Amino acid sequence: MSKAMKKVKVIKIDVDKCNGCRACELICSAFHASPKYSSNNPERSRIRLIRDPIKDIYLPVYAGEYTPAECTGRNKYVIDGKEYNECDTCRASCPARDLFKEPDSGLPLKCDMCDGEEEPMCVKWCLAKALTYEEREEEREEEPQLGEMEIGLESLVNRHGLQKVMDTVARLSKKG
Amino acid sequence: MGYAEAGFNLEIDLTRGSIERVPTDPGLSKLYLGGLGTNAKILWDRVPPEVEPFAPENLLIFGTGLLVGTPAPGCNRTIISTISPQTKLMAYSMMGGFWAPELKYAGYDKVVFRGKSPELVYVYIHNDKVEIRDASHLRGKGAVETQELIRKELKDPNVQVAAIGLAGENRVFTASIEQGRSSASRLGIGAVMGDKGLKAIAVRGTKDVNIAKPAEYMELCNDVLKYISDREEKPVPGVMPILAGLGSPQEMLHTDEKWHTENFSWGNSRTRRKEFWTKEIEEKWTETQENARTRLISCYNCPMKCGAIISLPGMSTYMMKCFSKLTYNMAAFVDDLDFGFRIAQRATEYGVDGFSTPQIMAFAFELREAGILTDKDFEGCPDDNEGKFYWLLDRIVRREGIGNILADGTHWAAQHIGNGAEAYAHNNIKKHEQLPLKLGMLNPIYFLMYCTGEKLNITQIEGQFPQAPFPTMEEREEFVKDWVHVPDEKFKQYLLDWEMRGENSNPYYPTVDMSVDIVDWQEKMHYIDDALGMCAGLSSFPLKPPYHIHNYPKFISAATGMEIDEDGLATIYKRNRNLIRAINVRRGLKREDEKPPEDHWRKRFPELEEQLLDAYYKFKGWNEQGVPTKESLHELGMDYISEDLEKRGILSYE
Repeated sequence: MSKAMKKVKVIKIDVDKCNGCRACELICSAFHASPKYSSNNPERSRIRLIRDPIKDIYLPVYAGEYTPAECTGRNKYVIDGKEYNECDTCRASCPARDLFKEPDSGLPLKCDMCDGEEEPMCVKWCLAKALTYEEREEEREEEPQLGEMEIGLESLVNRHGLQKVMDTVARLSKKG
Repeated sequence: MGYAEAGFNLEIDLTRGSIERVPTDPGLSKLYLGGLGTNAKILWDRVPPEVEPFAPENLLIFGTGLLVGTPAPGCNRTIISTISPQTKLMAYSMMGGFWAPELKYAGYDKVVFRGKSPELVYVYIHNDKVEIRDASHLRGKGAVETQELIRKELKDPNVQVAAIGLAGENRVFTASIEQGRSSASRLGIGAVMGDKGLKAIAVRGTKDVNIAKPAEYMELCNDVLKYISDREEKPVPGVMPILAGLGSPQEMLHTDEKWHTENFSWGNSRTRRKEFWTKEIEEKWTETQENARTRLISCYNCPMKCGAIISLPGMSTYMMKCFSKLTYNMAAFVDDLDFGFRIAQRATEYGVDGFSTPQIMAFAFELREAGILTDKDFEGCPDDNEGKFYWLLDRIVRREGIGNILADGTHWAAQHIGNGAEAYAHNNIKKHEQLPLKLGMLNPIYFLMYCTGEKLNITQIEGQFPQAPFPTMEEREEFVKDWVHVPDEKFKQYLLDWEMRGENSNPYYPTVDMSVDIVDWQEKMHYIDDALGMCAGLSSFPLKPPYHIHNYPKFISAATGMEIDEDGLATIYKRNRNLIRAINVRRGLKREDEKPPEDHWRKRFPELEEQLLDAYYKFKGWNEQGVPTKESLHELGMDYISEDLEKRGILSYE
């Protein structure tokens, strides 16, 4: 398989510098509004601040991949003596929690690094510099291009499991 | 679809347990903006002067500023308005934090409470779902503790809670409303909340706040952010550190307290300790503060870090900001800052104002020393300064024994105690305790602010103009170079000509007219901030802030779509200024009440002081009693006020 260079965008999160102001949430929601900046609502943000001042917990978390099912088990982190809630460090839009879902539709949200901007807006608006932006090049194996049929089948497999899809295809072919 | 505003208020009658969602009149925003302005309009319309602070008819209004919830940095204030049990005048205490934006996102501009709940309750607002819930299990709980308990009960860490502590429940006149690192503390609004049987208001909102001209608005916001970054790199030279930068005084960050500890008075605002700040104290206090402070923190969408999380062994964590770090130490004559952080924790949980409360306690111990209060009043009180203060704080918030009398503040306590006690309540304006500051030469600008400010709290009236002249012309010229904030070029000249000594110095310079001009500018900024929900720390309080009267109209236009220019904004300011003045004169405020504490300045100038007041009233369009005239009210389209004042005999036909 051939190799290719890929740009990796990194937001570095320094939780010690976070002042808890949630400007990141606000500006993210504004940037992704349509038209751009026309509305504000942290609930639509693709970054959320897990915040518990009394426990000195300030943890910005970005929306990652959607997951159709929650994990089999859970993790609980204790860092520097501070116990985080289960799932606090997870980026997934997941049925187990309300985080990273459009408040109206429930559709999953995912951080797109504010594609097209010089740097993600949350970074720009974080004057405390808890969020900083880095880019680097990484060598990656090039993935084979999937055909249309394959994409469709793959999502069916994701949804119903491989066995069920194969059984169905087998049944359909008998009918034919 | 409305812009910037939610377009609805919640009306909650606690007696009947009824909740209504009421559309607001968009016309009112054009006249009064929002926040303080529209709060005041509601109080004028619905709370006549016969209504006592603790009557069910008194309203308790939680208002968001017009631009709260939009990306304007630092715009997050809740403006709480009611009638103060201490002054019997309008109280408008405010808080930063996260509560107001959450309410806006829930779809409301204000929550207006009336009536009294027979049982202790809290209100839970979650978008369109609003409930009055039982709070009997929260009775007596701390104000910070209550916020945590409610969050757990509702199983939502993102709920923002404003709560009272024991002091509010017991209607202590210095009771505050606490919320995270912020509190609305002055004038006993927590007591009104307690009187209404309301322990807390929990809010969660997931709706949109819309902007009329998004691209334009964002550009303005980006300019402000850029300005803040640049301004933080360039502190104003020649002024003390806490006034050189932006934000509320950065007392959680800075450990150097030479200025406060040596210039402000200790005890019952009596003693200056001019050599207090020794090397040894400095080292000790720095160490104490750095150990106590876990993190510097901000309010919603604000880069300034004015607050701190305070964690000390053996007590629960709380949040603090500004000068309350010192008030207990200085009132109690305790030289160990650790005491300040510890007693403030208890006081925050009780929910009391960190300015008035220590002064009330110092006042009480002075009365005991003078033999006006006796040992019998202090039975069981320890002898050491720290122990004394803890003991008395506990009595006051529980209204036990002498605490019951002191809980009404120094003015009313002195009236009650009699026997010469009145002379010890020496640091009040309009019955409200002031900063413990005693100075030499009368300052005409501050004289006017102290006398006429309806807020009764100098830090929320002052700003913009340097507190003292710069010694050299070079410094002054340097200062005015980038002073784009001035409403008019003449203000630069006022500063350039202001000298430390000689003809062009206090008290006769700035002249009467200049002083009136300057105070008008200062007030204008505060009134606009309080209507928009902007924090004074990024606007009306510091020197050279990012927001000013030249960019504010653009912000308002772009956010709301309302066409407004500088003149239009000035008219709204005048309207709000007159409206609040009218509420207070209708409640009996008179010229004779408009004076600083007798001993605030050692050198006083009675004739000049009268001239200053006369000129100020005239400038405002008020009569010699400080009552807005029929003509000036008419010009502002406020005939409804003059009609009412005439009916009541406060304004008479010439």
